[in-house]
Amino acid sequence: MQALFGQLLIGLINGAFYAMLSLGLAVIFGLLNIINFTHGAQYMMGAFCAWFLLNHGIGGVSLGYWPSLVIAPIAVGIFGIVIERTMLSRLYKLDHLYGLLLTFGLALVIQGLFRNEFGSSGMPYQMPSALTGGVNLGFMYLPIYRAWVIVASLVICLATWYVIERTKLGSYLRAATENPALVQAFGINVPRMVTLTFGFGVGLAALAGVMAAPIYQVNPLMGADLIIVVFAVVVIGGMGSILGAILTGFGLGIVEGLTKYFYPEASSTVIFVIMVIVLLVRPAGLFGKEK
Amino acid sequence: MKGMKRSLLALAVAGALCVGTAQAQISGNVIKIGVLSDMSSLYTDLAGAGSVVAAKMAVEDSGIEKKGFKVEIVSADHQNKPDVGSSIARRWYDSEGVDVIVDVPNSGVALAVSGITKEKNKVFLASGPGTSDLTGKSCSPNTVHFTYDTWMLANGTGTAITKQGGSSWFFITADYAFGHALQRDTTAAVEKAGGKVVGSVNVPINTQDFSSFLLQAQSSKAKVIGLANAGGDTTNSIKQAAEFGIVKGGQELAGLLVFITDVHALGLQTAQGLTFTTTFYWDMNDQTRAFSKRFAPQDKGIHPTMVHAGVYASLLQYFKAVEALKNDTDGVKIVDKMKSMPTDDPLFGKGKIREDGRALHPAYLVKVKTPAESKAPWDYYKIVSTIPADEAFRPLKDGGCSLVK
Repeated sequence: MQALFGQLLIGLINGAFYAMLSLGLAVIFGLLNIINFTHGAQYMMGAFCAWFLLNHGIGGVSLGYWPSLVIAPIAVGIFGIVIERTMLSRLYKLDHLYGLLLTFGLALVIQGLFRNEFGSSGMPYQMPSALTGGVNLGFMYLPIYRAWVIVASLVICLATWYVIERTKLGSYLRAATENPALVQAFGINVPRMVTLTFGFGVGLAALAGVMAAPIYQVNPLMGADLIIVVFAVVVIGGMGSILGAILTGFGLGIVEGLTKYFYPEASSTVIFVIMVIVLLVRPAGLFGKEK
Repeated sequence: MKGMKRSLLALAVAGALCVGTAQAQISGNVIKIGVLSDMSSLYTDLAGAGSVVAAKMAVEDSGIEKKGFKVEIVSADHQNKPDVGSSIARRWYDSEGVDVIVDVPNSGVALAVSGITKEKNKVFLASGPGTSDLTGKSCSPNTVHFTYDTWMLANGTGTAITKQGGSSWFFITADYAFGHALQRDTTAAVEKAGGKVVGSVNVPINTQDFSSFLLQAQSSKAKVIGLANAGGDTTNSIKQAAEFGIVKGGQELAGLLVFITDVHALGLQTAQGLTFTTTFYWDMNDQTRAFSKRFAPQDKGIHPTMVHAGVYASLLQYFKAVEALKNDTDGVKIVDKMKSMPTDDPLFGKGKIREDGRALHPAYLVKVKTPAESKAPWDYYKIVSTIPADEAFRPLKDGGCSLVK
């Protein structure tokens, strides 16, 4: 029984990463209708950005974990904005499939370039000293860093949800998705808003990457497998549903954690099994709306 | 891919120019080496492009080209998928004139390639794969298994740690041929040394998060947690074990297959104190240092792993056999010749290849240095003890190989 509590908590931690990543995807899809397959590569770039800031720094000054949490998402977000402006914006009038193919290709190119430069074993990234160690909860040993990941991810997810669903800015965004021409007629610069939203979604991926760096190896392929899982999460939650992405992210983390305990061999497939069932029963996803 | 195309073109040109030269038994007038490796995933750094570099260095150092033989190297990515690896091997043998396949890090792919090589009567020099079945129940007259195998790792590390007091074990095992073989062989070694295995968990290959499995290992109360995995799986599990305070909590971590690239990726801060078995370390003697000094600049500064060294050494022996026979077409004959001559190369020293295809050389129990002990980049290992060649590998009679009479 004690072991089970531990597994639930671990599942929740992994769910925190799924939630953060699927949130970014859901924001980009829900508001811009782009299926962003570069999300995994951008997550990886966030981690590499943190590694680079620590080992090379800016102007010779090495920057640790905390500055990286701010700088990496901005840097990778700007990279995303460049991609949106120069490439994706040309595809808005076409079917979603074109955006998907473009971003999928880009992801392969980015991962290939990083692998060529840094190899496949990855780079070490030490945990920030303030977050090392752990506490014994009785039923398990909880590393402080993992606790921080859950808290930070919850705050980020809820804040994003609040901004989009409950503020004026969010209502502009949602209106622009429904009817861009009308919103533009009210004097709102829709293309700029779209670009910034895309940059924000990408920044979320990079932020998750920085948070993952001390736990996993900073590895060019770290996002490649994750992105497929995260897409499954988004599909299960309902494409574009922000609350759905958050809840399914955490929920599936727990389901996966339990699978790792009861039948570990299936732990890499269980999410896809659920995806198939959800698609058969509720094609729009658990929280999605039928169109 | 580009390299392959280029080599194909070169082959066509070479074929057109060299019709009817003296070496009639050299197929296509060229000894064609296929380096089949993981070029894109978790084993890339420990094998991958470095194995191609090692093959090239073997060609240079053997002087085979000066003796009138033409040699060509092609390479491909098996993606850790037996089906992909098999179809490449078939294509290479059937239509591209490849005479020998080397490396193949991934036991699942290697077992498939070994079968095809036997069917086509070519030669397979296995350096990357671990499963001891290659020279056991799945042995083949066309396969030589160089470098290491799961029995040797199990025997070296498992026995040493159990005798030091690590009497109960829990395994975190990669869920495919290699992991299962490693767990089986280590279990045998642990039990023989008087220890017992209290549990295990099978983990899908290329897993990112090991915390669930580490937690299970922790609650098993086993004294030793054996990592029957490799590459990125090993580094991730070691890193996260540190995070979960496994070693601080009094349990010992045994990396059963650890490469120098893994230690490099972890950094000494995390990897220090790890004990494991290897058959090659770049900083052992002048010859290994000279080899590594030439190798590293050609492979992004990576110092050669034992897999790279094995590709090099096994090819040297292959060239000797081909040179003696003046033949590269009859796989069984070549492998028999390789077995009949003692091996002697700069990296593994003197040794031999046994009738079941197992190459014998010493193995070393090493311990990873602390950051303070390490004087230079890649200065990572202390050699704790040397296991002589005749004790390092599974006794011939225990393997169940049908070639052994």
